[in-house]
Amino acid sequence: MSSDVMAIQSAEATGRPWVEVLHEWVTTVDHKRLGIMYILYALIFLVIGGVEAAIIRIQLMRPNNDFVSPQVFNRMFTMHGTTMIFFVAIPVLFGFANYLIPLMIGARDMAFPRLNAFSFWLTALGGFVLYFSFLGGSGLYGAGNAPDIGWWAYAPLTAKAFSPGHSSDYWTIAVLVAGFGSIGTAINLISTILCMRCPGMSLGRMPLLAWLNFVMSGMILIAITPLSAAQIMLLVDRYLGSHFFDTQAGGSAALWMHFFWIFGHPEVYILILPCFAFMSEIIPVFSRKPIFGYPVMVAASVCIGFVSMSVWAHHLFTIGMSAYANSFFTITTLAVGVPTGIKIFNWLGTLWGGKIQFKVAMLFCIGFLFQFLIAGLTGIMLGSAAFASQLSLSYFVVAHFHYVIVGGILFALFAAFYYWYPKITGRMLNETLGKLHFWLFVLGFHMTFDLMHVPGLLGMPRRIYTYEPRPGWGIMNFLITIGAFIQGIAVLIFVWNLIISYFKGAKAGNDPWDAWTLEWSVSSPPPAYNFATIPTVASRRPLWDRKHPEDPDSRYE
Amino acid sequence: MHSESGKHHRPQAKSLSRFAGVLVLLAGILLAAGLCVASPHDNPVPNIFKPESTPADWVFHLSAFVLAITGVIFVIVFSLLVYVVTKFRRRSGDDGREPPQVYGSNQIELSWTVIPILIVLVLFLATARVLHQVQDAPKPPTAVEVTAIGHQFWWEYRYPALGVVTANELHVPVSDPAHPTPTFFKLLSADTDHSFWVPQLAGKTDLIPNRVNEMWIDPHHEGIYVGQCAQYCGTQHAKMLLWVSVDSPEDFDAWIRAQKQPAKHDEKELVGKRVFETTACMNCHAIAGTVATGRFGPDLTHLMSRRTIAAGAAQNTPEKLRLWIQNPEAIKPGSLMPAMQLNDADLDALVRYLETLR
Amino acid sequence: MSAVTTPLSATSSDWTLPYRGKVAMTCLIVAEASIFAIFVVAYLYYTGKSLSGPTPREVLETPIFYTICLLSSSLTIHFAGKLLERGKQGAFLSLWLLTIVLGGLFMYGTAQEWHRLIYEHGLTISTNLFGTTYYSLVGLHGFHVTAGLVMLSIVLLFGLAGRVGPEQSARVEVLSLYWHFVDAVWVVVFTVVYIVGR
Repeated sequence: MSSDVMAIQSAEATGRPWVEVLHEWVTTVDHKRLGIMYILYALIFLVIGGVEAAIIRIQLMRPNNDFVSPQVFNRMFTMHGTTMIFFVAIPVLFGFANYLIPLMIGARDMAFPRLNAFSFWLTALGGFVLYFSFLGGSGLYGAGNAPDIGWWAYAPLTAKAFSPGHSSDYWTIAVLVAGFGSIGTAINLISTILCMRCPGMSLGRMPLLAWLNFVMSGMILIAITPLSAAQIMLLVDRYLGSHFFDTQAGGSAALWMHFFWIFGHPEVYILILPCFAFMSEIIPVFSRKPIFGYPVMVAASVCIGFVSMSVWAHHLFTIGMSAYANSFFTITTLAVGVPTGIKIFNWLGTLWGGKIQFKVAMLFCIGFLFQFLIAGLTGIMLGSAAFASQLSLSYFVVAHFHYVIVGGILFALFAAFYYWYPKITGRMLNETLGKLHFWLFVLGFHMTFDLMHVPGLLGMPRRIYTYEPRPGWGIMNFLITIGAFIQGIAVLIFVWNLIISYFKGAKAGNDPWDAWTLEWSVSSPPPAYNFATIPTVASRRPLWDRKHPEDPDSRYE
Repeated sequence: MHSESGKHHRPQAKSLSRFAGVLVLLAGILLAAGLCVASPHDNPVPNIFKPESTPADWVFHLSAFVLAITGVIFVIVFSLLVYVVTKFRRRSGDDGREPPQVYGSNQIELSWTVIPILIVLVLFLATARVLHQVQDAPKPPTAVEVTAIGHQFWWEYRYPALGVVTANELHVPVSDPAHPTPTFFKLLSADTDHSFWVPQLAGKTDLIPNRVNEMWIDPHHEGIYVGQCAQYCGTQHAKMLLWVSVDSPEDFDAWIRAQKQPAKHDEKELVGKRVFETTACMNCHAIAGTVATGRFGPDLTHLMSRRTIAAGAAQNTPEKLRLWIQNPEAIKPGSLMPAMQLNDADLDALVRYLETLR
Repeated sequence: MSAVTTPLSATSSDWTLPYRGKVAMTCLIVAEASIFAIFVVAYLYYTGKSLSGPTPREVLETPIFYTICLLSSSLTIHFAGKLLERGKQGAFLSLWLLTIVLGGLFMYGTAQEWHRLIYEHGLTISTNLFGTTYYSLVGLHGFHVTAGLVMLSIVLLFGLAGRVGPEQSARVEVLSLYWHFVDAVWVVVFTVVYIVGR
């Protein structure tokens, strides 16, 4: 069946003008193609964001360096953060969700295919607007100014008085537009998961990837919108003379901070939940056991979704809130660590008693577990408001959140790539290149982000374009930069692997990993319609039931 | 479809855990080394683990407690991970059968829920105690009061009870535990958000426009303590350095007395004084005892009592002062000091005049 | 490969899932509610904090009549939907039109109020914190009413062309859900602006 499909597809592919192929992709509403476009879009911006990081690291390599001016540096860290969060992390996670969820729940497409396409193009437009700022920041005849307000854009630095010109507006509009795209996708994901599951797939039987994206989407609805609201307020301040964040008129700078972090903290949980999903799908397959404690994993995920909405002011421990407020946010921040810790234990429980196969995808999962543990523990330190009064706004925080985002999210994404690339393209990624990518990246990652905690503890604040030659700062920053370049090389090896395997990789077949969820029951790549007949399922692992008819899961659930 | 045989997997798991162990060890060594850096007197390290003041002390003790607990958690979970990854790897010669399919265990789930909740409670209580201690500390009558006002990109300090206005270099008295003389701050901002962070003296507190924040320090030893602005405030956020001199009570009183004096009237430098008063300088700067009362920039009455200019961006030497006035972009690009467009003669006279402001 | 697996007794006809239009509209409403919540928080936070200019007490007049118009339009749209389900297309169109008229009256009332505030009391969005928060909150709501009126008008046009029948009830119900949301938001905005905030 799969070879027939591929034959048909390749027959269609040959002899068609490239304009026609391009038009097909640009106008597609197919969730698989949109998923691929999201992922490719994110990969391009990953490289661009990486270049911005490289510039930052070269400038910080030694004290009083002059590789770039302070103005350029400030634009670099603003663009790096904004790009990575809004135009890399969100799109790539949406890409995987888009591609996989209909397949995993036995549906032919998402609930609203045209809304899907519209949301993608909104996000894409946002990225374009943000980067157009390099050309048109002060009006087309200006030299061009990217925003330099930081990705969190605190007031009143963003007021017209302190940020004349249009650079801040590029940030505001780009992120606002991308935010609307995210809301569209979230609506689509929820509708798909609630309304398009195949017969037999109750909510208690759907893959954890579907559950976690469901919780994530719910969070998007109530977390991205505060940012959109605040950005509308900012635009009205800048252009209609209102005073939302105008401290001269009695407005409050802290109000922006609260609104931003009411978005900003749930946002990072929005990013990590799909990565938990990847872990929950991949670790069982390479341990050869079901996920340990499925109901508890669902409950913990929902719990995280709710509790994480109540922790935001741990980003504001230094703004002078009362001891009671600081205590409140301390306990909620520490509390959200409980369901998160439960998940780590459940993954360990899945590995326990299994027969672990160290494919590259699994290596990245193990890296995730190790690094997410450490990131969670530094998070506990930052969650204690009194300790945080020393740690926050320093390189300790930068180290912490990169530990989560690179050591956690990016590692989980790499695992997802190695695991699902065969399904998406029909080819296996090269395992040798993969192992090289993994070890090199681990080396670079730890060199950079383990050491980065030290300057923070030695008093080095964030967002500084240069620093005094204080003892300990120079050597640490130098080594951190070296590690960054090692990571860059590892990522380039990964990109090379993606390209070369597309043409030369071993044929994958339907189910190269001997896995148990519905996407592995169709060809690689799947046909446009996903399933010839919509399947009916009786357990959480429908393919296990098929492969082990003498001992199906349905007997035990 | 089953994957290929497990011949290559044993070295993988062992080398994986060995590598991880080496990494952790290396990281630990580097971390410890990094924190033990020697700190010469003229280039102190703002190390949060070397507190020299009561609030920083309290935070330090709490942080040791938190680190101990998180350290134990790390060792336990890390060991579990290493164990699991080595013991349960697929061996070569494996029979290809699936291992026992275990779906979960409510008792185990309960245990690893209850214990973390208890840890959370303990950490919360310890933290809440320190928070109240620091934030709700009463101000003794012997406290020195300082109002710190953050500007782009310099620090203004006022001692309202003592009648002193100065900039960028802060002097406070050392505090004897038997008769404490802490310094209590009110933190304001004239423009954007800033943050006052001298790690050895206290945790940081932000300076936010249209808001009054408070903090206090209680330094135990005389010396110089450094830090810098910790909240991104614009182009020159990086060069808004903090320099605090903790003086003996006598030295502090002497400093206050000197700062309260108006500028000495030096007959020799009237030309420079005229330049100051007739170009735009006095729009931004104040010199007590003259007609200059500008408040946008730092008070220059006792400019020469400071070791640096431009909030620590350059040493306070005649050459640097001259360069600062002529071309601030060369020292602190993006600062709000304009290039004064003076001819050489005027500039030299002005610098000579400023050099008299002791 | 994709053959049906296990229980032969599994019948697709027992398998019913929610209607996706309603789920999607509910999600949109949740998101919009979140946006409004932020504007309400800003409004409440800034109550009494204006440094100058007219205060709410001085200039606001409670729009009782126009509020009644808007809230009754929820009733009319509800009954319109019920009539459509029963196939009474003519009655449906009349009540639908009435809904639009009532909504239009509400917008007229808002416009009148704003005209008075701007030209008689000199209150604009840039006057003070009250002006800022008032115009943005009421304006955001008014924007949503307008968007709703546009959509309702499109349905009216389709209806007049004879294209809206009982088969479209589910979709029409989705739109009424939006309209009920807009009314519910007005209840909150009204309470915050004209009762609490004064």
